[in-house]
Amino acid sequence: MTGHLNVLIGLAMGLNLVALGSSRLPSLIRLAAMQGVVLGIMPLVMGHAPGAMVMLVAVATVAIKGFVIPWLLRRAMRAANIDRDLFPLIGFLQSLLLGAAGMIGAVVLARWLPLLPEHHESLLVAGALASVFTGLLLLIGRSKAISQVCGYLILENGIYLFGLLLIRSTPLLVEGGILLDLTVAVFVTGIIVDRIQRAFDSLDTRKLTVLRE
Amino acid sequence: MIESLLILVPMLAAAAAAVWPDNRTRQWFLPAAGLAHAVLAVGLLVHPPAAPMHAWIGFDPLARAMLPAVSLLFLGCAAYGVPYLRLRAERSNRMFVAGFLAALGLMSAAHMARHLGVLWIATEALTLASVPLLHFNNTPRAFEATWKYLLVGGTGIALSLLGSFCLGYASLHGGGAGDLTFAALMGQGGGLSRPWVLIAWVLLLVGYGTKMGLAPMHTWKPDAYGEAPGIVGAMLAGGVTTVAFTAVLRVRAVVDAAGAGVVANRTLLAIGLFSTLVAALFLLSTRDFKRMLAYSSVEHMGILSLGTALGGAGMWAAFFHVWNNSMTKGALFLSAGNIRRAAGARTIDDVGGMSVITPRSAALFVAGLFAVTACPPFGPFFSELLIVKTAFGTGHGGAAGLFLVCLLLAFFGLTRVVFAIVHGRPRHAARAGGRRFKETVDVLVPPLAMLIFALWLGVATPDVLREAWSAAVRQLCATP
Repeated sequence: MTGHLNVLIGLAMGLNLVALGSSRLPSLIRLAAMQGVVLGIMPLVMGHAPGAMVMLVAVATVAIKGFVIPWLLRRAMRAANIDRDLFPLIGFLQSLLLGAAGMIGAVVLARWLPLLPEHHESLLVAGALASVFTGLLLLIGRSKAISQVCGYLILENGIYLFGLLLIRSTPLLVEGGILLDLTVAVFVTGIIVDRIQRAFDSLDTRKLTVLRE
Repeated sequence: MIESLLILVPMLAAAAAAVWPDNRTRQWFLPAAGLAHAVLAVGLLVHPPAAPMHAWIGFDPLARAMLPAVSLLFLGCAAYGVPYLRLRAERSNRMFVAGFLAALGLMSAAHMARHLGVLWIATEALTLASVPLLHFNNTPRAFEATWKYLLVGGTGIALSLLGSFCLGYASLHGGGAGDLTFAALMGQGGGLSRPWVLIAWVLLLVGYGTKMGLAPMHTWKPDAYGEAPGIVGAMLAGGVTTVAFTAVLRVRAVVDAAGAGVVANRTLLAIGLFSTLVAALFLLSTRDFKRMLAYSSVEHMGILSLGTALGGAGMWAAFFHVWNNSMTKGALFLSAGNIRRAAGARTIDDVGGMSVITPRSAALFVAGLFAVTACPPFGPFFSELLIVKTAFGTGHGGAAGLFLVCLLLAFFGLTRVVFAIVHGRPRHAARAGGRRFKETVDVLVPPLAMLIFALWLGVATPDVLREAWSAAVRQLCATP
């Protein structure tokens, strides 16, 4: 069972690197969504028979991280008519190298930390640290608001991974983490509202091209 | 069970305000709920419940030492909010009033949270409830400030969740059953896994420190305080920061019980001094009087952190300072709001001679300046004096020296800006604005009342407060 889980964590860590290297906004959103789905499946393969609570967390995670938020992000992208190219403040190659270094660092740090016997074989801590690092890197290294939100999503995914260590003992805290998704929703709503207001305030006629024959 | 009303009353008022149809009468929910909350909080301060109502949430000594200050500040802001929102009648205040009341309920919940997860959820919800408040002015600048607040604050809050997980894992690894109440964590004490406790401490300090606005995590503060309405600035500077400080104190107590109290105190000392230093340097260069208040808030958060680092007596002084900070910040933000409204600008390049245009608000602002820079006989003088005395007494002479230098620099910076806008020749724009803006009684009484309260705290600190602070110190320090 740790085997299955580690495959999924490895997949999520791979997606981190792809996200750091991607240069287009839609692909970044798609990667964050894919990572969300992978994370949502994890509680189901963690051994034992998953209880009702764990099932609920899994379904909620897949639905919110995998579908609702990416949908909101795409909507915001269209509403705000944002240019699809990402302008990196930290170059793509540098981001990738830093991300890879961070991943190695995460694995080393996870080995150094004392873990419970049942977590020795698992990559959860390493995956969590690597995702948190990737998320912070994207937050700092990308200039567009929506790409920063994607960075925040990946940071949040890392925290969720760490939360899986505790899912059996303190489910409340882990579920509380879903509130973070609400933050993301507020972010995105903010973008939409702001853009719409600006569009009407400035009466930029170039934007008013939808209503025509 | 009466303490649950501290959360329920503002929450119900928020829900009622959200569905209230009339825009002109909705603001009256603010003082009504504020008054009920203040009566409850002060009543509970004088007659504390024998035991907190629940293991997860309750009015324990720490909540008793902090929450009434926030409640009184809210009452002042709410009273000011009525004339303020009347002036802004052109805009729907539905989201604003509901958000403001919800923030009060969440601040009560966060102060009373005795469980790591409940504390985090309340703080997170408080962050989200403040968003419509910051965005109320609806300008592109306000949007930018809100964005920064969400981005920096959201990252902070995410890291504090990670820190909470780490503390939970420290308990599991030490053989705990996953009970995350602070009492249980402190009871486990040395049984907590030390490396995980240290990681958790760093993450939680960074996370809640961001909300508190300790340097270098303070970057959102000047923007948010600068763009938000005065009452929101006052509530953020005197209420939300207090919530984060309570969180830091609760976590520090766990770290202390786990045997890493020395490390925790050392980090708090360093970050406190760094915050006062950064704030003092920025105060010397800022030209905007609302951003100035934000840096002053960073400075006072540094003072709280420094006081806590000094152990029992310093922590007592920090509680004292929390009350002083809430009251003086309230008075400053509200009088600054009057000046800002009359002058129509915020920088010393555009504002001057406000002692002619708004003489009473300018007088309050200057008195508030003396209070916040710890001039006797205002409360901050006594709390800061006590911190300096404790620092010398505990062998932190160097820290006390640096602290005093920072206070002096901050004094120069603050007086420079305040006197530049109070004295001099009134600008043309301000003359016109001053005619439109009337200094009515209802915009002057709330800041005046808070200043008088800060004065009273200084010259005759009530015994019930002294006793409440001592009880809170006893709760947090195993060995005072």
